[in-house]
Amino acid sequence: MHLIHSNEIIADNIGKMVVEAEYTAMHRKAGQFVIIIIDEFGERVPLTIAGADKGAGTITLYYQIVGKSTSKLSMLKSGEYLKDVAGPLGHPTEVKKFGTVLCIGGGIGIAPVYPIASAMKEAGNRVSGIIGAREGGLLILENELSQVCDTLQVFTDNGSAGRKGFVTQGLSEILESEKIDLVVAVGPVPMMKAVSEITKEKNIKTFVSLNSVMVDGTGMCGGCRVTVGNETKFTCVDGPEFDAHLVNFDELLLRLNTYKDEESACFTEHKHKCRLDGVTKNG
Amino acid sequence: MAERIPRQTMSEQNPLERIKNFNEVPLGFSTETAVIEAKRCIQCKNPNCVEGCPVNVNIPGFIKEAAEGNFLKAVEIIKGTNSLPAVCGRVCPQESQCEKLCILGKKFEPVAIGKLEGFVADYERKVEHLNPEKPECTGGRKVAVIGSGPAGLTVAGEMAKCGHGVTIFEALHSPGGVLVYGIPEFRLPKEIVHYEIDQLVKMGVEIIPNRVVGISESLDDILERFDAVFVGTGAGLPSFLNIPGENMQGVYSANEYLTRVNLMKAYQFPHYDTPVIKGKSIAVFGGGNVAMDSARVARRLDCNEVHLVYRRSRSEMPAREEEIHHAEEEGIIFDLLSNPVRFIGDEKGKLTGVECVRMELGEPDDSGRRRPVEVKGSEFVIYIDVAIIAIGNGPNPIVQKSSPGLETNKWGNIVADDETMKTSKKGVFAGGDIVSGAATVIEAMGAGRKAAAAINDYLATGEW
Repeated sequence: MHLIHSNEIIADNIGKMVVEAEYTAMHRKAGQFVIIIIDEFGERVPLTIAGADKGAGTITLYYQIVGKSTSKLSMLKSGEYLKDVAGPLGHPTEVKKFGTVLCIGGGIGIAPVYPIASAMKEAGNRVSGIIGAREGGLLILENELSQVCDTLQVFTDNGSAGRKGFVTQGLSEILESEKIDLVVAVGPVPMMKAVSEITKEKNIKTFVSLNSVMVDGTGMCGGCRVTVGNETKFTCVDGPEFDAHLVNFDELLLRLNTYKDEESACFTEHKHKCRLDGVTKNG
Repeated sequence: MAERIPRQTMSEQNPLERIKNFNEVPLGFSTETAVIEAKRCIQCKNPNCVEGCPVNVNIPGFIKEAAEGNFLKAVEIIKGTNSLPAVCGRVCPQESQCEKLCILGKKFEPVAIGKLEGFVADYERKVEHLNPEKPECTGGRKVAVIGSGPAGLTVAGEMAKCGHGVTIFEALHSPGGVLVYGIPEFRLPKEIVHYEIDQLVKMGVEIIPNRVVGISESLDDILERFDAVFVGTGAGLPSFLNIPGENMQGVYSANEYLTRVNLMKAYQFPHYDTPVIKGKSIAVFGGGNVAMDSARVARRLDCNEVHLVYRRSRSEMPAREEEIHHAEEEGIIFDLLSNPVRFIGDEKGKLTGVECVRMELGEPDDSGRRRPVEVKGSEFVIYIDVAIIAIGNGPNPIVQKSSPGLETNKWGNIVADDETMKTSKKGVFAGGDIVSGAATVIEAMGAGRKAAAAINDYLATGEW
């Protein structure tokens, strides 16, 4: 059982949780993730470790409320518990001095970008950041990233925060004006694909961190398989980061829809139940 | 005239009933039936059956006690060499081990050794509890066990009996390995596995779940804190068919399908949160026990059309006869001498079918079985929305990757001595599927017993 120190909604439908996980906090490196199980009925949910406090033995997780599990997660209060936290899992990001590293985060993908940007900065790189979201209310970690990055650009689809447009716009502009040695991009699949297409043309090494559907997260089920350079790789143990120029994003996008029907039925039922509970409680 | 009593049959849930539930198929012996069956044993002086058992259970010994109604004593005798009798009674391939060598089998039917083993173990669990054995010796050393499947649990039990401090590191949230994620509830109720693990905990074994050794910590890191390490990480790396369309929605490895249903209880979705696609028409590829388990699980998830596609004929199937028989009874459609060529899907990437080709049997191959050869121009399509690939598993690679000094073979299995299960790394022992490749529960337990004896020697002498 893992004690929840805090859990708050920090943007529209985006939550931030600080939870006890001593071993994970001790060992985690940028780019790694955990799998959590909320309660005895819970599924195994992979979440990137956005930060850790070794002294307190806690880790920080960000999540977007998209279905039943993340909705349940958002309702937990400090003082309550997560049933399981497994991790750190996956390969850490390759952190070394590359020169100038451009970190791009989209939506909830900004959360995994933050520890990577921090680690790259610590390793002596010049770090530029570009973050984007559909609208201002969905932006996270802007202040934290502006502390770590030498420059930070913000985009929203509707212009409600930062500039109106997509992160790819910022990417193209930066590539015009300065030499970038490495791009790290995490976000929705179409964003990562678009970034990858631009950097491939310019031949700039690019890593993406994938958010495939997972079960065990230890290489045993293959549910998270993804085609990388015509080879099947498991995101959980071979990744989660891969050379963007080799990833088959179209296949990944289709696989992410696998449980759309089941999940939406389950989420609808869950919301219905929550409302019923609300009626009873208020009642 | 013991041999004149026929082998007692165990009643089973009717196939039409049982495909609607996940309850165990056999209903167990009554006390009377168990005693009658036990009395069939002629108590050979030189029993062949014991030789056929990978852990050499004193079979005539326990059956003699069972025949006299001393069921608890019978369990104690089994537990002398086999710490998981309720499990083995259910999942061991007795027909190719102990029962195959039973002398009665030459003229009559062999004694139902497995069913009796399961019966006395269930009696102990349900009726009269044995207290976990107290340490026989006080070793006082620290042993780490990586993986809590049959091999790891055996080592943990044996080490705890000797008074050593045992810590099991398990990657998943629930211990038991393949016994909990792989074998379905209707073949091995999870209550049994949990009971056996509770017994170990009562003996002082510490279990750390959610810990994947080899990512943050290597074997060397573990060796700094422990006097010996046993690696029993199993064969959990799923093989795929490597044919076009394999990454479409609806194509599962058997590991994923079974893990979702067994470990994560997707059969109770949405009560439990983990989903699984409930296909209208499902094909399982493979002919082993895992394929049978997958097909029978699919049948229980309201699927009326479950195909089992196997490239050889029925007689070459590696699955236990009992499992094949149960699958047939449950209406699984056997597409034998058929091999998948490619998966077919719609524009959204959802599986809609599989193209297969007919096979015929040619000359024997390395396994001694006749090699299947494609029949040109015999392609046909099965319309399915879920495919389950059950063609085998390779060794879990994570521990080996973190330990460059650990010798492995060309398939990635850890190399260990046949008798002592010692690896190339001092202080590190390994056994079960991680060494042998995918095999049976009881063979993994046999390796665990050998390793336990050798670990004890090593801890006593320090000699490698």
